[in-house]
Amino acid sequence: MPAFFLVALIIALLPAASASAQSPVIDSARMQTAVKQSWTQAPPEWQTRLTQDETMAACSQYRNNPPRVVAQTIVAREKASIKYPADGKLIGDWKKGQKLAQSGYGGRFTDYPPRTENGGNCYACHQLSGGELSFGTLGPSLLEYGKSRKFSEADVKAVYDRIYNPQAVVACASMPRLGANGHLSIEQIKDLVAYVMSSDSPVNK
Amino acid sequence: MPQQQEEGRVRRVRRATLWLLPWVVTGGLEITLAPSLAQDAIDASEKGIQRYRQMLKADPWSNPAMLDVDRGEALWKTPRGPKAVSLDGCDLGKGPGVVKGAFAELPRYFTDADRVMDAEARIVWCMEKLQGFERAALLKNPYPGGGRATKDIGALATYVAYESNGQKLMPTLDHPKEKEALALGEALFFRRGGPMDFACATCHADQGKRIRLQGLPPLSKPVEARKVVGEWPAYRVSSNHVMTMEHRIYDCFWQMRMPEVDLGSEVPVALTMYLVKTAEGGEINAPGLKR
Repeated sequence: MPAFFLVALIIALLPAASASAQSPVIDSARMQTAVKQSWTQAPPEWQTRLTQDETMAACSQYRNNPPRVVAQTIVAREKASIKYPADGKLIGDWKKGQKLAQSGYGGRFTDYPPRTENGGNCYACHQLSGGELSFGTLGPSLLEYGKSRKFSEADVKAVYDRIYNPQAVVACASMPRLGANGHLSIEQIKDLVAYVMSSDSPVNK
Repeated sequence: MPQQQEEGRVRRVRRATLWLLPWVVTGGLEITLAPSLAQDAIDASEKGIQRYRQMLKADPWSNPAMLDVDRGEALWKTPRGPKAVSLDGCDLGKGPGVVKGAFAELPRYFTDADRVMDAEARIVWCMEKLQGFERAALLKNPYPGGGRATKDIGALATYVAYESNGQKLMPTLDHPKEKEALALGEALFFRRGGPMDFACATCHADQGKRIRLQGLPPLSKPVEARKVVGEWPAYRVSSNHVMTMEHRIYDCFWQMRMPEVDLGSEVPVALTMYLVKTAEGGEINAPGLKR
């Protein structure tokens, strides 16, 4: 009986204790108000960058660890965003892909009007070719990625999907949705697929 | 007075050595990058910066940012603006004219403005309300381009930070709006946005990560945040000027493909509150030195 009372007491005290330790609740509407008021000089064509789509909002709310149901919804939604080349060929020119992998150009407010095409900036986060020493570690190493997968067709498609929209594979992945967000074109993504998946690419040498 | 003159003389003499120093950082890197492995390049770069930091410790006046501390002090004490008054009446939270120790408790809530402000936001407030400067003009292009000198707000913030050197970051967080700023800053740290889906946490949550060869401090971890947050404002060798914390955050948003965030607005102030609270107890060692 005393044990029962103790449990009851703890339960009774619980909400009060947690409320006093809790910080004010910041919902997405409160954040959005702050964002709107902090970017007053943004030109009209930049306004969409101040808002979040459903996926961004969910990943922010769950700090990239969404519950299973939310994750499934995200993956299904993002999968539907992927567009494929009309002729079905997913491998482009690895030499062009290499340039794109090196370039971080595009989308920053100093990049307008565009002086060159947008880059994929892959080396900011990934190791790719063994010859490039200046690579980041936010993403996994992709050194010999194609070779280690025997250049299989299934993996070619998987790589295309992952570049076009990584959240079609893993909900709330850190990597940008380069195709779905319109940063890279289908042709550019094909070139990057070639860089990762061609047997003659330095990534696989 | 004689002591001040002496200090001024020492500063002028040592300025002559400043221009050699960037070589120390970049020199080692250039030599080793080509033939060796990435790790060696990082080590060389880190060693160069370490050496630079040791030299700074031995002779704090050799940090180029000290020029902005000097300039900021002069700007603070000189009558300026349409009302031709100095900033001696500016209340940074510890009473009008009290600069010493004020930075250690910023950002904080200010009754007169009825909002939470960091150093830069408060300096703009004082320049507008006390000196009569036009707010819109102060907020238009408030940061220097690469290689250009830090603007007045930045120099003033550098001076203000310097006057809390050696103290510990200790945000008061008494007022409900300060608590709200902290919660907002934390939420914003994890808010993903822009065409790259980036949040601050994308690069600054995990240990031991880097972009290209540049190491990334995990700013949501107190142990790590304490090491670096108190070093801002800092002289950035790669852009040849002092950057304030707000300028650094603005630069992150640039990389995140966001538009130009307003100086002193709620987002950078809330993020600063989150960073400072995470780094609570960390020593202020400003202006610092960055790659």
